[in-house]
Amino acid sequence: MQNNQAIVPAVLDQAGSEHGEHPSYLRHHFQTVEQQADASNFAMWLFLLTEVMFFGGLFTAYLIYRNWYFPAFVAGSHQLNVVWGTLNTLVLILSSFTMAMGVWCAETGRKTGLVLCLALTFILGIGFLGIKSVEYAEKIEKHHVPGLHYSLRSFLDPDSDAAARAAGDKPMTPEMAVHTELYFSLYFAMTGMHALHMIVGIGILGFMIFRARAGAYTSGHVTFVENFGLYWHFVDIVWIYLFALLYLISRH
Amino acid sequence: MSEHTHTIVGPKVYVAILFALLAGTALTVWASFVDLGFWNPIIALAIASTKAILVLLYFMHVKYSTRLTKLAIAGCLFLFLTLISLTLADYFSRAWGSW
Repeated sequence: MQNNQAIVPAVLDQAGSEHGEHPSYLRHHFQTVEQQADASNFAMWLFLLTEVMFFGGLFTAYLIYRNWYFPAFVAGSHQLNVVWGTLNTLVLILSSFTMAMGVWCAETGRKTGLVLCLALTFILGIGFLGIKSVEYAEKIEKHHVPGLHYSLRSFLDPDSDAAARAAGDKPMTPEMAVHTELYFSLYFAMTGMHALHMIVGIGILGFMIFRARAGAYTSGHVTFVENFGLYWHFVDIVWIYLFALLYLISRH
Repeated sequence: MSEHTHTIVGPKVYVAILFALLAGTALTVWASFVDLGFWNPIIALAIASTKAILVLLYFMHVKYSTRLTKLAIAGCLFLFLTLISLTLADYFSRAWGSW
């Protein structure tokens, strides 16, 4: 994986000062800074690949149940607001862009730019969760939260529900209508897990803004910012698929 | 001999990808309101995958990363698709919907 020419003896140093010949952030079990960066980058990828499998299980469940109880899943999807969903997609794409710019700022030693980019990413992340909470509040109001006084009214009597009426839904049999609860179970499981990842990411962003202001990432050691960027972009990719599958494919 | 030197991706690339992602979002929202029957979910997933690949290659620097990383990602996607295919084959071929 690495070039063998530039190996610097990192541990041995005749003067006794181990940090004389290499940057202080080079751990002693690595031979070069590049080897260390590649190793931690690869480890981050391995973590993200386990995340692919984790979300992949949820996506597979959704795929099977949607084909199984198709009318219930279409009617359930009509309850989601495409305008909020699109707005959140734009917010998240924009936050991925500001994060990518933050990585560039760190790599090129731009401290003010890095702090600004991280702060923008932080704000956009909060904005995403804000919009999501508006959507969740609507679900709670309409009793579309599985297990919490779940109501079939929007599906048995679509004329009573503005969203169902707008989509031209036909009344469903009670046997099919009960499966809308499954749609919302998967909706909350998938968007909730995604939102949890956002909350974790926003927490780490707060920590990074604090550290970046002290100049932590702009003096050569950018691994943390780069790896966090990978995490944030991964969360963006999950949302790209959630948006298509939950909001869009049953719309027409 | 160095296979890999750390490539810094610059703002021009990021801005181009941002606009591509915004265009893709507009396209997929528009396409979702057109009744294409069987093709609606396929087109939505195709656009989503295109956006995901752009994010992977450029925002996540996969295009510039080591062969090891590329191989690991490709292996993971292959495994994921295999698992989905086998699961679906099982469900579709065994008394579909009669549970």
